[in-house]
Amino acid sequence: MRNTFAKVMTELAKHRDDICLLSGDIGNRMFDEFKSVAASRFINCGIAEANMMSMACGMGMSGLKPVVYTITPFTTTRCLEQIRTGTAYHESPVIIVGTGSGLSYAELGSTHHSLEDLAILRCIPNLNICCPCDSNELEGHLKDALEHNGPTYIRIGKKGEPDILAKEDCKIGKSNVVKDGDKNLILCIGPIIGEALKAAEILQSKGLNIAVASIGTIKPLDSSFLELMLTKKFENWITLEEHHRAGGLGTSILEWLDDRNALTEVSLIRMGIQDKFIYELGSQSYIREKEGIDYRGIIKTIESL
Amino acid sequence: MQNQTLDPRNENDLAILELTANEIRKKCIEVSFKAKIPHLGSCLSCIEILTLLYWSVMKIDPDEPLNSDRDKFILSKGHAAPVHLQILARKGFFDEKLIETFGENGSYFHEHPPKPGKVAGIEAATGSLGHGFSMAVGMAKASKIQNKKNTIYCLLGDGETNEGVIWEAALLAPMLELGNLIAFIDYNKWQATGRSKEIMNIDSFAQKWDAFGWNTFEVNGHNLLEIYEAIQSSRSAQQQKPSMIICNTVKGKGVSFMEDNNNWHYKTPNTEEYNLSIAELETVK
Repeated sequence: MRNTFAKVMTELAKHRDDICLLSGDIGNRMFDEFKSVAASRFINCGIAEANMMSMACGMGMSGLKPVVYTITPFTTTRCLEQIRTGTAYHESPVIIVGTGSGLSYAELGSTHHSLEDLAILRCIPNLNICCPCDSNELEGHLKDALEHNGPTYIRIGKKGEPDILAKEDCKIGKSNVVKDGDKNLILCIGPIIGEALKAAEILQSKGLNIAVASIGTIKPLDSSFLELMLTKKFENWITLEEHHRAGGLGTSILEWLDDRNALTEVSLIRMGIQDKFIYELGSQSYIREKEGIDYRGIIKTIESL
Repeated sequence: MQNQTLDPRNENDLAILELTANEIRKKCIEVSFKAKIPHLGSCLSCIEILTLLYWSVMKIDPDEPLNSDRDKFILSKGHAAPVHLQILARKGFFDEKLIETFGENGSYFHEHPPKPGKVAGIEAATGSLGHGFSMAVGMAKASKIQNKKNTIYCLLGDGETNEGVIWEAALLAPMLELGNLIAFIDYNKWQATGRSKEIMNIDSFAQKWDAFGWNTFEVNGHNLLEIYEAIQSSRSAQQQKPSMIICNTVKGKGVSFMEDNNNWHYKTPNTEEYNLSIAELETVK
């Protein structure tokens, strides 16, 4: 995903002179092509994220489209007040891109995990929140965000995620069914959708037909999509996210069902990280398995229903 | 007078500027008294800086507050909004009657600047210290990208420089060669709960900013001509560098019993104090 981000940014910068890229001293060589087409619009702001975020706010208020890029905890919680009081309050059209989200950098430890960002940012007004599951969805979100006259947070993975969605289906505020099914519907955000699809494939061989969807945008939620899902009469909605169970996708769906007076229409199971720090180190797939959010955990959850 | 440019090197213009500053001082005290708005001491220390910027320096047009080539002023020490709002009113950015709603429920005229667009002339909603300075750096960088010839001005408080983000911005702005950024510190030597230098090590301000790569000047922040000359010098100094003008000021300036008395950070005047202070300022000719 991050290579797609650099490629799309470069292509867009060739044709638009308002796109700027602010990096918190990361992306070594990754942005060489962007720099070759828009040298003055690439700004390495150093390891100083609070200043980077407020700077971007000022640039957005001056008619530019600044895109702020660094590892997720540093572009979100590290500079939270600059996002809240600066970018969001002023409705400055800043695009905040967090790379290596969730447990993408599991082996680097909790400093580099982002398991709270959605919960914290979701309650800030004026801020769109996107969690693309693949490079196509990232490209769609990025292009839409550049047309939006306000701030957008885009939470991306690392690299090597397979493409799942068709480009034409990828927009901010649009959710998509990736696999049809009955009885059980898994609602996903981000690249962890791969675990849901693998679980669905294994369960298919056991005679269970599981539906899988990419929610894509947490804020605003695609209400018409969720309404459509209600009409399908699934018994269980299972939310899956590489994020704490508190405050992210599962909570968003719970709130939506409550606002819609539909809590009794489906049984909601929220899969995510429990309320704890992960002190153990290991690969992303190892930690997903330990925390019960990989395909094995999903199969176990569904078989227990 | 409302929108004319005054040259402080001209004796008559200087006298008008000084009288304007005095009138604004009275207005700030009146608002603090009537609406119980605090931070009066912090307001009184920076009146000359803002008066000079708005009547002698900045390229702005109150009839076109969003002109894309305008100079911009960011009040990073947002708690001095009462000064800024009085100046915008006097400059004609909006109907002066509006400011009579100061402190009322539903009014945009309160302790800190509102969101831009709510009151003409406000470029940033500050109040959380440290934000405005970085936003000003972003605006200056934007102007360079857009090949604009405008200047971004920004006022910081000395206490505000406790914030780490100030020094993040201070390190980056010279690297970006932001010669179009001129900042000021209202160095009134006090912050909320005590002497600034007894809370954080902000002594040797000028050396600090100089070492960070800024054109650095130190002036009497109540002397309009000195501030003006520092701004002129900053323009003719190394033009790729941002400039920092450290303004030595007196908190509570202009009223004898408020001067250098930090109680006036939070305190608002009672009737007797209000009458006394206005009487003192009425003697200024």
